[in-house]
Amino acid sequence: MNDATSAAMSTRDSREQLVLDRIDRVRRARPRVREERITLAHGSGGKATQTLVEAIFLDAFRNPLLEPLEDAAQLDLGSTRLALTTDSFVVSPLFFPGGTIGDLAVNGTVNDLAVSGATPKYLTAGFILEEGFPVADLTRVVQSMRAAARVAGVEVVTGDTKVVQRGKADGCYINTAGVGVLNRPGQLGVATARAGDAVLVSGPIGEHGITIMLARGELDIDADLVSDTAPVNDLVAGLLAAVPGVRALRDATRGGVATILNEIARAADVAVVVDEDAIPVRDEVRGAAELLGIDPLYVACEGRIVVVVDGAEADAALAALRSHPLGAQAAMIGRVKADPPGLVLLNTTFGGTRIVDLLVGDPLPRIC
Amino acid sequence: MCLAIPGEIVEVGADRPDIAKVVVSGVKRSVNIGLLSEPPVAGDWVLIHVGFALSKIDEAEAKAVLDFLEEIGQSYEDEVAALRDSRIE
Amino acid sequence: MRFVDEYRDADKARALSAKITALCEPGREYKFMEVCGGHTHTIYKHGLEDYLPEQITLVHGPGCPVCVIPMGRVDDAIHIARQPGVLMTSFGDMMRVPGSGGNFFDSNAEGTNIRMVYSPLDALAIARHNPEQQVVFMAIGFETTAPSTAMTVLRAAAEGIGNFSIFCNHVTIIPAIRAILDSPDLRLDGFLGPGHVSTVIGCRPYEFIAQEYGKPVVVAGFEPLDILQSIYLLMLQLVQGRAEVENQYSRVVPWQGNLAALRAIGEVLELRPYFEWRGLGFISHSALRVVDDYAAFDAERRFAVPGVRVADPKSCQCGEVLKGVLKPWECKVFGTACTPETPIGTCMVSPEGACAAYYNFGRFSRQRVREASAG
Repeated sequence: MNDATSAAMSTRDSREQLVLDRIDRVRRARPRVREERITLAHGSGGKATQTLVEAIFLDAFRNPLLEPLEDAAQLDLGSTRLALTTDSFVVSPLFFPGGTIGDLAVNGTVNDLAVSGATPKYLTAGFILEEGFPVADLTRVVQSMRAAARVAGVEVVTGDTKVVQRGKADGCYINTAGVGVLNRPGQLGVATARAGDAVLVSGPIGEHGITIMLARGELDIDADLVSDTAPVNDLVAGLLAAVPGVRALRDATRGGVATILNEIARAADVAVVVDEDAIPVRDEVRGAAELLGIDPLYVACEGRIVVVVDGAEADAALAALRSHPLGAQAAMIGRVKADPPGLVLLNTTFGGTRIVDLLVGDPLPRIC
Repeated sequence: MCLAIPGEIVEVGADRPDIAKVVVSGVKRSVNIGLLSEPPVAGDWVLIHVGFALSKIDEAEAKAVLDFLEEIGQSYEDEVAALRDSRIE
Repeated sequence: MRFVDEYRDADKARALSAKITALCEPGREYKFMEVCGGHTHTIYKHGLEDYLPEQITLVHGPGCPVCVIPMGRVDDAIHIARQPGVLMTSFGDMMRVPGSGGNFFDSNAEGTNIRMVYSPLDALAIARHNPEQQVVFMAIGFETTAPSTAMTVLRAAAEGIGNFSIFCNHVTIIPAIRAILDSPDLRLDGFLGPGHVSTVIGCRPYEFIAQEYGKPVVVAGFEPLDILQSIYLLMLQLVQGRAEVENQYSRVVPWQGNLAALRAIGEVLELRPYFEWRGLGFISHSALRVVDDYAAFDAERRFAVPGVRVADPKSCQCGEVLKGVLKPWECKVFGTACTPETPIGTCMVSPEGACAAYYNFGRFSRQRVREASAG
């Protein structure tokens, strides 16, 4: 290449960099909800949800305990430290391969407590039932919650029931709040991630979300897939006992692993660089995702954690995860770097590099 | 308008001759095969787009492309090896 | 995954990349256009540009049939969805395309029932199972998808399903390519032909590009190695002074196309005299509508649509991006007023659009990443 061409290219690169910087400033600006009405995108865990939470909820309730926006709030009550969390479950269908809405309701909240480093102890269970909902189905849901609570080692200690008119509540909605005891010194949190850290995932991704999509029966796709819903408190306890250098844990639910990676990059103002080849994905998840044009990175899990750990302890962390049945296929998927801050980059199987950004809403099946 | 992916036919409909079952990476789906010039048989590979099989995949042609790529890959490796060897001297 | 993984081999990519670079004349820049959203998506998703020498630029043409739907047509669809008893069905890609008052999700928030489907046959099944609803299918796509829509209408007719109709927004690729080629501010060296459209129309329709405009064309597959091999073949044509149509995607694309598919289209659909393309303006004989014989299945006849033309916002420079004159980041509103959450124009509207693809996948400084990786 001659000098004129290379000079032209470097001018082009610096002009492009100016634009990238401008975009970065816009992205960091104060979030605003532009829509007048709530849409489905606001519930999917992506950018729209994030904007809604920051612009409406955080703005109204703002306090230091809420601001970290981690999976659970960490409360200091003098001699005791507690983790407190809540989650609502509106999944359809209520019964799917691998579990029920009841399993999700228990495991989801247990997991939010576990990834805060707490020992989950007690749950609440609030039910919103639709008029006409079969009692047999309610019993089935509640029995599965009982079984899940037993496995997780927690108790449901209080609850509530409401019934709404036919046509609302899609059968059954459940809210659970959970309380756990924090006896680990220090605080886990994605904002503490730093260059050199390793990023791990505890198992294959995307199983729950794809299972649900297929279970809705609209897609005429048959696959041997079950939801990965499971309580991870035992897995986490083992990890934290073995590896003190764990900086953060996150429960990869709505929005998938991609959302967690972006939360890390944003909270700690670092780059997260992952290798496509290293990310565990089952063949059936890959096949279904290809058929639909969806990226498994954005598909919900319900029993997988993302771990940020000091680079020097990555191997120990992997060993600890793999020694537990739920972490048998744990893998190191990438590293934290200083630059470019706030971005998640993926090194593709193919050897190229691209960004993994937050989606606006749910991953929509593409046909194009 | 392009998302179309390859799938293997595992079953051609007995009662509905224009429907077949395809498998993609362990995942099964029904597709309409009415656009294919000849009905496929189990073991054929087809290109699937929005629930229809658009085209049968020609294995010979597929192999030809892979052979071309293999050859490019080989000659590239030969060149890299030659480059490496020449450095030693 | 067979017929997929083999075409994603990194070593072969490096080999092809070396061969492509070796064909480049020092000091010369090359611009190739791909006219298929799927190609844009693959190129960005796999980071393919990292495999190309800096001299080669890939320009993303108007190959995203979702992106080119004008706002007025989205408004028309929402108008239909608002009619009593209507259940509208649409592909996922279409759900976030903004009309003048919002997209399909916004419309649902205000009370319409627009549901996502994966296939027109799913829409027909919904009609079959819900006889009291008026089920409308928003039909979009190039010639790749039109046969499926046509077959579904034929099926509906055969079964006598009276509560099903389509809102036809199918567009055709050749007029768009011609519009690009005729545009004065454009200098292209060759085309990557749309692989899946070609499974239906074959390769002959591209011959005018080589014969009248003297540009090489290679009909390309969608895996990364397909695209790299196609670029290699384009470079070879340039170096050898040829301008021909070649079929790289021969494992799937028959030279003469798919006659059954073309027959199905011909039976149910016909060319409109003209149609507006977002960003490109009116192009004659570039879109399809339902023929009179199947009028019963034409939503435009069943429901009177307002058909109001809504102009693109003034700040929108999509036309220039689509023609490859501007790169996405060179558009004045890229990334600031125009983002995937708040798309102004067609290039940002669907994940396949050039601007969306760049924003979602490519929006980082390769220089800084290289430096960071080295450190």
